[in-house]
Amino acid sequence: MEYKGVMVFAEQEESVIHPVTFELLGKGRELADRLGVELTSVLLGDGVGDKATILIHHGADKVYLFEDQSLKEFDPLRYKENIVPLLRDVKPEAFLIGATRVGRTLAPRIAAALRTGLTADCTDLDLDEEGNLIQIRPAFSGNIMARIRTRTRPQIATVRYKVMKPAEPNPERRGEVIKRDVKVIEDSGLRILKKEPGKGVDLTEAEVIVSCGRGVKSREDLVIFKELAALLGGVFGSSRPLVDCGWVEREHQVGFSGNIVKPKVYIACGISGSPQHLFGMRDSDIIIAINKDPSAPIFSVADYGFVGDIYEIVPILIKKIKEQRRTAKNLKFLQHGT
Amino acid sequence: MVKQVPDIERVRFDVETGRLDRSSAEGITNPFDLNALEVGVQIKERLGGRITAISMGPPKAESTLRDCLARGADRAVLLTDRRFAGADTLATSYTLACAIQELGDFDLVICGEKTLDGDTAQVGPEVAEFLGIPHVAYVEEVRAFDRERIIVGSDVGRFHYVYELRYPCLITVTKDVNVPRLPTLRDKIRARRAQIEVWDAERLSDVAELNRFGLKGSPTTVVKVFTPISSRRRGVILEGDAGEIADRLFDILKEVGALRIEGE
Ligand SMILES: Cc1cc2nc3c(=O)[nH]c(=O)nc-3n(C[C@H](O)[C@H](O)[C@H](O)COP(=O)(O)OP(=O)(O)OC[C@H]3O[C@@H](n4cnc5c(N)ncnc54)[C@H](O)[C@@H]3O)c2cc1C
Ligand SMILES: Nc1ncnc2c1ncn2[C@@H]1O[C@H](COP(=O)(O)O)[C@@H](O)[C@H]1O
Repeated sequence: MEYKGVMVFAEQEESVIHPVTFELLGKGRELADRLGVELTSVLLGDGVGDKATILIHHGADKVYLFEDQSLKEFDPLRYKENIVPLLRDVKPEAFLIGATRVGRTLAPRIAAALRTGLTADCTDLDLDEEGNLIQIRPAFSGNIMARIRTRTRPQIATVRYKVMKPAEPNPERRGEVIKRDVKVIEDSGLRILKKEPGKGVDLTEAEVIVSCGRGVKSREDLVIFKELAALLGGVFGSSRPLVDCGWVEREHQVGFSGNIVKPKVYIACGISGSPQHLFGMRDSDIIIAINKDPSAPIFSVADYGFVGDIYEIVPILIKKIKEQRRTAKNLKFLQHGT
Repeated sequence: MVKQVPDIERVRFDVETGRLDRSSAEGITNPFDLNALEVGVQIKERLGGRITAISMGPPKAESTLRDCLARGADRAVLLTDRRFAGADTLATSYTLACAIQELGDFDLVICGEKTLDGDTAQVGPEVAEFLGIPHVAYVEEVRAFDRERIIVGSDVGRFHYVYELRYPCLITVTKDVNVPRLPTLRDKIRARRAQIEVWDAERLSDVAELNRFGLKGSPTTVVKVFTPISSRRRGVILEGDAGEIADRLFDILKEVGALRIEGE
């Protein structure tokens, strides 16, 4: 049998589908339509069956469902043992997985088991004239983009979260849910001893980051920038010196020895732009910098550079945002009454 | 598992061709791999045992293995052969897995989370698959270990998980797992004289299919490289008084979708 069709891995945690799945379904639908083939999805878990229809609403023609207690929590070995036979059986030409920690833990095992190629962390997917998947990913810390082709099948790629448009759900869409027998592995060598709430800060997932550097004079002043971050629905970040002197927790550090971040908007306040800092943020979609010193290197990577004092500018900006929001709210109240 | 990578701070980069001039900077040890080695050294200090550092790369990667010997590895193996060259992650992992098998019994394989140049984070889990052992990636803490198992913590999704892994197994570690120690001068001198085993493809012929190495064994190829548009910055520099700048910032933030006034 020929390899045909596009399959998407549906990631779920505690029965919540990870939003990257909907982005993959959006892209997968587009590719499948261009190739004139089916879009399928595979969902594993325990008591997640009702989520299969959501995947169909988002564009899947078929959903392969694996439900068992042993699949309640993510275990790369157990997941792989079920997905690999499915891929051998269904033979999709392309298999797309979110480049989340789950995806990046699982995908290599599947690719190695099938002895097929795997491209990590793609930012776009395309097709060439022959219908091969063209996988586009940043290479060498974002200096260049590479177009990568896989000569084996299935062509497997992990795709970065938040770079593709999610599929619009259509509740009218119909599809097929196919239950598969689960291969139950009693002991995979891995056991979950504890599950705790995460730290809650994930700079790498943030859409907006407001970062501070040594331009900030005292620990107390950090609240100003944290407030701006909160107003923008973003996360607070920092250069390394503020972490080293203990004002800011390590999880917030951006840079070579901190987090590599790629938000939609990165706002650098009082950061000079050392190579180590730039390494961690220069792939952001839009970079805004505020610095007193017009020769600061941060301006060389900024889309919008503002020469000025963060202590003057940021408080005015915060005040304006709050005022405008208040006005908008009052207006809405007047329009709709109670 | 340790890899020598180009020093990204110093390496020259040709934007036109998208090529790295690897000779323009000295290789450094992939920083995450130093964390991996440190995990091994800390286990050895408590339980004993032997650490083998293994690397696939050109002959000059020897300096990275010497660095590992200075930092506490007992044995160093360099996989170097023209037939290994041009490997993608699948062929790299296969080669490393074969070499690990060739080395004989082991309890724990420790890798870095990812490399600075490859940046795929794929090699560790692929090696685990080829060896048929369980693995945990992105390990942020080693909580405990004894002669049968290791207990590690890792953030996955919205939660922090504590896993128990039974040997033989593989972990990939983040920079948060520890602070790698610096080698003493004495250790450095000792390492300079130490023996590094160099293995070629033939050395693995008992355990490996040679056509799965290097370029031949690599299903993925880079067909083209190009400069991303996002790196070309608009580079607007704006001066003015604080009020004007704040207004302008407000507008920009709205325009790029970072600021919503309504619907709050
Ligand atoms: C191996 C290694 C790893 C490193 N890793 C990292 C890393 O991961 N992340 C990181 O950030 N750094 C890292 N560093 C440190 C890095 O080299 C720089 O020292 C650091 O990034 C500088 O931080 P900064 O920009 O906040 O401070 P500075 O360089 O001191 O810059 C402060 C800036 O604030 C401006 N400023 C001052 N007051 C105001 C004001 N009122 N309004 C507006 N602007 C003002 C100044 O003009 C100046 O440009 C690393 C260094 C090494 C050696
Ligand atoms: N050529 C290599 N030699 C030894 N170890 C490697 C090699 N390539 C990758 N690794 C290991 O695999 C990890 C992940 O690498 P990568 O998949 O390239 O991001 C690294 O941190 C190393 O521990």
